[in-house]
Amino acid sequence: MTATDVPTSPVPTSPVPMSAAGNPIGFGRMLRKEDARFLRGKGNYLDDVNLPGMLHGAILRSPYAHARINSIDISAAQAHPKVRAVITGEVLATLNLAWMPTMSYDTQAVLATDKVRFQGQEVAFVVAEDRYSARDALELVEVDYEVLPAVVDATKALDADAPVIRTDKEGKTDNHIYDWETGDSAACDEVFNRPDVVVSKADILYPRSHPSPMETCGSVASMDPVTGKLTCWITSQAPHAHRTVYALVAGLPEHKIQVISPDIGGGFGNKVPVYPGYVCAVVGTIVTGKPVKWMEDRFENLATTGFARDYHMQGEIAATRDGKILALRTHTLADHGAFNATAQPTKFPAGFFSIFTGSYDLEAAYGKVTAVYTNKAPGGVAYACSFRITEAAYFVERMVDILAHDLQMDPAELRMKNLIRPEQFPYQTKTGWEYDSGDYLVTLQATLDAAGYKELRAEQVENRARYEQTGEGTLLGIGLSFFTEGVGAGPRKHMDILGLGMADGCELRIHPTGKAVIRLSVQTQGQGHETTFAQIVAHELGLPPEDVEVVHGDTDQTPFGLGTYGSRSTPVSGAAAAVVSRRVKEKARIVAAAALECSPSDLEWELGRWQVKGDPEKAKTIQEIALLAHSSLELPEGVEGHLDASAVYNPPNLTYPYGAYLCVVDVDPGTGAVKVRRFIATDDCGPRINPMIVEGQIHGGLAEGIGMALMQVIAFDENGNCLGGSFMDYLLPTSLECPSWELEATVTPSPHHPLGCKGVGESATVGSPAAVVNAVMDALAPLGVRHADMPLTPAQVWLAIQGRPARTDLAFT
Amino acid sequence: MQTPAPFEYERATSVDNALALLERHGPEARVVAGGHSLLPMMKLRLAGPEVLIDINDLADLDYIRVDGDDIAIGAMTRHAALLSSPVLAEHYPIFRDAERVIADPVVRNRGTFGGSVCQADPSEDLSAVTSALGATMVIRSTEGVRTVSAREFHTGPYETVVGPAEILVEIRVPIRPACGSAYEKVDRRAGDWAVAAGGCFLTLDTGGTVTDVGIGLTAVGAPHFCAPEAEAALRGHPISDEAIVAAAAKAAAATNPATDQRGPADYKRHLAGELTKRALRRALVRARGEGA
Repeated sequence: MTATDVPTSPVPTSPVPMSAAGNPIGFGRMLRKEDARFLRGKGNYLDDVNLPGMLHGAILRSPYAHARINSIDISAAQAHPKVRAVITGEVLATLNLAWMPTMSYDTQAVLATDKVRFQGQEVAFVVAEDRYSARDALELVEVDYEVLPAVVDATKALDADAPVIRTDKEGKTDNHIYDWETGDSAACDEVFNRPDVVVSKADILYPRSHPSPMETCGSVASMDPVTGKLTCWITSQAPHAHRTVYALVAGLPEHKIQVISPDIGGGFGNKVPVYPGYVCAVVGTIVTGKPVKWMEDRFENLATTGFARDYHMQGEIAATRDGKILALRTHTLADHGAFNATAQPTKFPAGFFSIFTGSYDLEAAYGKVTAVYTNKAPGGVAYACSFRITEAAYFVERMVDILAHDLQMDPAELRMKNLIRPEQFPYQTKTGWEYDSGDYLVTLQATLDAAGYKELRAEQVENRARYEQTGEGTLLGIGLSFFTEGVGAGPRKHMDILGLGMADGCELRIHPTGKAVIRLSVQTQGQGHETTFAQIVAHELGLPPEDVEVVHGDTDQTPFGLGTYGSRSTPVSGAAAAVVSRRVKEKARIVAAAALECSPSDLEWELGRWQVKGDPEKAKTIQEIALLAHSSLELPEGVEGHLDASAVYNPPNLTYPYGAYLCVVDVDPGTGAVKVRRFIATDDCGPRINPMIVEGQIHGGLAEGIGMALMQVIAFDENGNCLGGSFMDYLLPTSLECPSWELEATVTPSPHHPLGCKGVGESATVGSPAAVVNAVMDALAPLGVRHADMPLTPAQVWLAIQGRPARTDLAFT
Repeated sequence: MQTPAPFEYERATSVDNALALLERHGPEARVVAGGHSLLPMMKLRLAGPEVLIDINDLADLDYIRVDGDDIAIGAMTRHAALLSSPVLAEHYPIFRDAERVIADPVVRNRGTFGGSVCQADPSEDLSAVTSALGATMVIRSTEGVRTVSAREFHTGPYETVVGPAEILVEIRVPIRPACGSAYEKVDRRAGDWAVAAGGCFLTLDTGGTVTDVGIGLTAVGAPHFCAPEAEAALRGHPISDEAIVAAAAKAAAATNPATDQRGPADYKRHLAGELTKRALRRALVRARGEGA
């Protein structure tokens, strides 16, 4: 199926009819179908999976960031009365499983054999009769470590005297992973060298953070010794991709592997990678002949699984004196940790960071990313980042505000002057993206109007005058950000993960009584797929959404596809659901024509029924047609009957949602405390299938943005100890830090998506941190502050006021 | 899920029974009340008591009442009760100020006054409150009852004078007329431990002279959670904003904060002064009856 085959469906303008159960037969607000079980405590999460005879695994982890393993003595652990197996890297090596491939064509140790390379790295796996015994037995494993100096500061990873971390890679003499370039360096030089341009420079850190889903990662692996079938329940955002990786890594036949992703308690990218614990659980079931459960604790999740960000971005922005932005360039240092385990499309080692030109019409842009190994946990693309668009959006929106600061220009005015104009779409960026649609000025204006921007600035003038007089009280800050995302990876000729093209399948079965089952390749982690996808089918076929069952998460039950991350479910799988529904509709037309004894071309579609043109009384509803399709009705030659259909959707382009955010803060210079007073968010993600679900996702993303801007960071001390390994140290925002969100919407459909929809899951996470930081910097501007890195904890704000903001990725000194 | 090492569990039926159990099981036994500090430490395997003696059934240690010239507070009184107590709100709003910013409602419903001060975490808020107020700590053993001043109660981080076979049963605070009190805290997020905090009470005579004052400091390495030099600078002198600012500077100077991820030492020292100043200003307003 190519994009040109896709018939377009206009955005419905007339009111959507309601079903007998009171749900919209199509797009609109309705309560989530899945909540009936979640609200009753009847969800089925990974740790709810309990099989007869199941054993429990626990992982022994390295206390050191970098150390040589001289020996491991497992005899005392093996002697524990409830221990069934102790697995080390040495054991795995005999199965050729000590190392596994990562999703970035690197290798990662499953259990360390030679060295440990980050604190918390997996060293041994103990399988016991219960979880407590497994944990107790970890303390009986004796490991003789020889501690080595650790590479903690990414800016020193390429120093000549830096210890080499990846001594496992033959001939490796440094910690360099790759250099990657985008845009046109010479064209940028030309602009920057013009005599009349103003150049603003800044070093901007997007520090390491962690997705920290409420449910940690885990797996139950069960090998049936008779059939040879391996069933794995996994906290996976991408069950099909996991199954294929298992087949490739373990050499198991893919048709004998079933991956089941049950209810998932939050993912945010954390549940995309294959973790050593999953592999250990598989080895555990093979070795013991019993099902084996492994479930992380909170430290394990925070300290060892896929982190996010960790980009050190040096930026330069060039503009005319009156504020026309001309060019933007960056040299960025990417800290990938000990293994390059980033999950991202093959051709994009730095993800989609090249979208850093943002929402502005530039003459030139150039970016270079240098990636390095450090003695930290691997990961990189996670936490609702849209493949590093989070870093890019934060970078450009900070650079634009710093330029406004240097030019003494209003940041709203500067943005208005430089945003891409509506007539420029589809817009080709200087780094190779084709933005599909947008009307940016309208969206920014909507936010400014909703906020009362002029009144806020007037209040600020008074506020600053009062502060200058008294030296007491708080300072008012107003911060803007305008972001453009590219989501819905992606066109298979450009995008694959480990060689697997990023297209998604979909199957729709219509039962004789007109009830439907739709089978998806993507996997919800809380996004509400069981509702949204039912509404897509309802929109296309006129079936009540309560009559559409959504099946997902089980590779034996669903067609192949790459899963849910990078806001791709609606752009890719949602399109597949629309396409497959339209195939059913066309089949139904033939059946209806046979029943009405007319030609299919004599029929027209009215939501839920095919009717004779000019004679709407002569019609068959989709439910009647379903029964007819399974009946003895004689169908035309070559028509097989039934209505079932399948489709694979290969998106022609990404979709480009965008938004304008405004944050209002009150900063207490005496303590450094920041209070978010208001947050106004206008999002444009095209038509909204279920506005309530969209708003819920935006609420969550805005809260995440406040978390990242003000409190969240995984920092490391000089020995490589993780300083964010618990929720006492790694702070998630609470309702008390979040204002009552003020949401606005504009609707600009994507021209190439069958429903006009754009992804939205990560928009707010991508767009909000810059608005918060810009607001705090705006508040502190009278005190001479131009930039300080996130998180803007009270201490960091106070240090910024003192003129010495800290490197937030390192321990405070 | 984090799992503790094996331990035995006893549920005490009375203070006498709890003391007997402590004597029987020796120094490897620990009393558990609200459990919000001890149980996480056990799950992280930072603490490994062999026996837990659960005193949650000792309802006779759960009270806040006026007792002669004192307010007497039972050691099993939950944070939530301290927060909502009309008696404390009337005499010492410092409790309400502090409790509003201790952890979250779930923790406040279980965590206890006695447990908090006995845990003796340097960042714990009620140690500074009792130190500021000059509270008296009532400790029982099978030998009898002894009392210790709040300023002699702590012997170091996570250490108190309560012996292995003793239980803190009551905290007594003297009622002071014409008194104002307040607590000010900076945290990184609601429910986080303090980056720093300061609390105080002060009493005034009719001429506006400070007749008595107590200043407590949290998480800044102040010996015994108090600031005696700052108190001495105020006591017996006419109150003024200049005097408050000067006393706050003395409070800051006497601290010895540790640098950690909540902030560097110099920032915490700054906060000790800033928060002492703010607490004294608010306490003064309250002492004059000019506001809550």
